[in-house]
Amino acid sequence: MEILIALSIGVLTGCGVYLVLRARTFPVVLGLTLLSYGVNLFLFATGRLVIGQPPVIGLASGHADPLPQALVLTAIVIGFAMTAFVIMLSLRARAELGNDHVDGRDGGSQA
Amino acid sequence: MTTSLAFSGHLVIAPVLVPFVAGVLLLMLRDQSLTLQRGLAVLVGLIQIGFALALLIAVADDTLLTYRLGDWPAPWGIVLVADRLAAWMVLITSLLALCAVIYAGGGTDRQGRHFHVLFQMQLFGLAGAFLTGDLFNLFVFFEILLIASYGLALHGGGPARTRAGLHYVVMNLLGSTVFLFAAGLIYSAMGSLNLADLAAKAASLPLDNLGLARAGGLLLLLVFGLKAALLPLHLWLPNAYAGTSAPVAALFAVMTKMGIYAILRTHTLLFGSAAGDLAGLFEPWLMPLALATLVVGMLGALAAETMGRLAAYLVLASVGTLLAAIALGTNGIAAGLYYLPHSTFAAALMFLLSDAIKRRRTASGDSFKPDADMPHYALWGGVFFVAAVAATGLPPLSGFVGKFLILQAAPGHPWVWAILLISALGIVVALARAGSHVFFNSVKPSSATPQLPGQRASLFAPYEFFAIGGLLGLILALTLGAGPAVDFARATALQLADPSVYINAVLGSTR
Repeated sequence: MEILIALSIGVLTGCGVYLVLRARTFPVVLGLTLLSYGVNLFLFATGRLVIGQPPVIGLASGHADPLPQALVLTAIVIGFAMTAFVIMLSLRARAELGNDHVDGRDGGSQA
Repeated sequence: MTTSLAFSGHLVIAPVLVPFVAGVLLLMLRDQSLTLQRGLAVLVGLIQIGFALALLIAVADDTLLTYRLGDWPAPWGIVLVADRLAAWMVLITSLLALCAVIYAGGGTDRQGRHFHVLFQMQLFGLAGAFLTGDLFNLFVFFEILLIASYGLALHGGGPARTRAGLHYVVMNLLGSTVFLFAAGLIYSAMGSLNLADLAAKAASLPLDNLGLARAGGLLLLLVFGLKAALLPLHLWLPNAYAGTSAPVAALFAVMTKMGIYAILRTHTLLFGSAAGDLAGLFEPWLMPLALATLVVGMLGALAAETMGRLAAYLVLASVGTLLAAIALGTNGIAAGLYYLPHSTFAAALMFLLSDAIKRRRTASGDSFKPDADMPHYALWGGVFFVAAVAATGLPPLSGFVGKFLILQAAPGHPWVWAILLISALGIVVALARAGSHVFFNSVKPSSATPQLPGQRASLFAPYEFFAIGGLLGLILALTLGAGPAVDFARATALQLADPSVYINAVLGSTR
C-alpha cells in the first residue's frame, strides 16, 4: 500500500507541477488543483499508514493518528476556497486582458 | 485571580481579535457611509496600537506570555505566544496600518467594495501569524492574510493590476502547497507541530528521521523565502507592489517582513544552536541569497522607470539587508531588529509619496519623464529628500543607525561590508536620479497639458498630512529613541539566542 500511496502522490504532484508551468490560466488552475490533491494525500500519510483502526486511543488494539486527519480537513477547506478564488481571478484576467495567457500577452500559438 | 491578572491573561489574543471583530463589524456596516467606515477603521487602528503597546510593555521584562486556546495544554492544544519579537512585530504592523488606513481614506477605499473589511482581515492574519506558537496554525494565519492580500492587491482593478495579481496569487498558492508539504514532513519526522515542542525534540531526533526533518526545514525556508521575496523567489514582488494602490503597497511593506519574521523564528528556535543535528540548517543559504537579493534590489532601483517600481525595489533591497543581518548571528539579529521597523516605515513612506506625486503631475504621473512643475514642488521635493535619506540609510535618520549596527556586527565579513556599502551607493544614485527627474527636469506647461484643477493646488490634503507626516514622525521617533529601541532589539536577540526560554514558557507547565 505504501508504494501505491507514494506513486499516487508522486504522479499527482508531478502532473500538477507540469500543468502549473503551462502558459494558459486553465492548465495552471488545474495544476494547482492536482497539487492540492497530492498534498492532501501526503498529509494523510504523515501519520503513517494504518488500516481499519479508529482515530481514538483505547477503542481498539491500535489507533490511527487523528492529527493528520484534522490537518487534511483544514487543508481541503482552504484549498477549495483558494481554487474558487483563482478561477474567478482567471476569468477576470481573461475578460480584462483579452486572452488567457498568464502574462496577459498572446505571444503566438504556444499553449 | 485579580482583574488585572485576568486582563493581562487575555492580552495576548487581543491584537488578533480586535481586527477580526472590526472586520466583521465593517462587513455589517458595508452599506453605511464611507465616512463612518473610515472613522471606525482609524479608531480600531488606535485601539490596536494601544493593545500592541500594552503587549510590548508586558513582555519587556523578559516574561513570555502564552495563551492556551480552549485551555488545552501545549503541545496538544494550539498556543499563542507573545515574546519580545512577536510584540515588536505586532507594534510595527499596527503603527504602519494606521498610517496606511488614513491614506486609504483619501479615495482608495472608494475604488472598490469592502476595502476596510479586507484591510482588517489582513491585519487579523498578520497579528495571528506573529503570535501563534504552532506551525500549522501559522499556515492557517498565512492563508488568512494572503486571501485578504489578494483582495487588496486587486482592489480598484485595471489590466496591470489584474496581470500582476494573477502572478502574485498563483505564486502564493504554490507557496501554500509547499508549506503543507513542509509541515507534513516535519510532523512525520518529529511528531509534533507545536514550535516549542519541535524545538525541544530537535535535539534528540532519531537518525532515521533526520533526512525528513531536514527536507521539511528547507522547504519551510523556501516558503518563507517566497513570502520575504528572497532571491530567486522575488520575481512576483516588483509588479505586485508597483501595480497595486499606494496604501495597500504601504501595508504590504510589512508582508515581506512577515516572511523575514518566520525565517528568523524558525532559524533561531527550530534550527538554533541547541537543535543537535538540525542546528544551523538555514545558515549555508541565508547569507549568499540575502546579499544577492540586496544586489538585485539595487540594480532594479537603478533601472526603475517609475517611483512606484523604485519603491518596490527598495523593499527588495531592505529584505536583502535584513536577512544578511539575521545571518550574522545574535549581534546581527539585534541590528536587524532595529533596522526592520525603519525599513518598513521608509518603504511605506516611499509608496505613499510616489502616489502623492503621481496625483500632482498631470502628464507623466510618477514616471521619470519631464512634466510641468508640480504645485508646491519645494515642499514635496523636501519631503522626498527626507524620505530618500531615510530609505538609503544616510545620517542623521534611523536608517544610518541601523546600517551602522549591521556593519558593526559583521567584523569578519568583508563581503557584507562591500555589498552593503556599494548597494547603499547605488540606491543613493537611483534616488538622486528619481528626484532630479521628477522635481528639476520640468518643461513649460504647453496648452496640450491639462491644467490642474483647483483643489489639487492646495499644499496637501489632510489624509496626506496625517499618513505621510505620521510615517515621517515614526522614523524621527525611531531616530530620537534609538537608545531604548536598540536596547530592546538587543534584549530580543538575546532572548532568541536561547530557545530554552521559549520552550520552558510554552511547555513548562506540562513537563
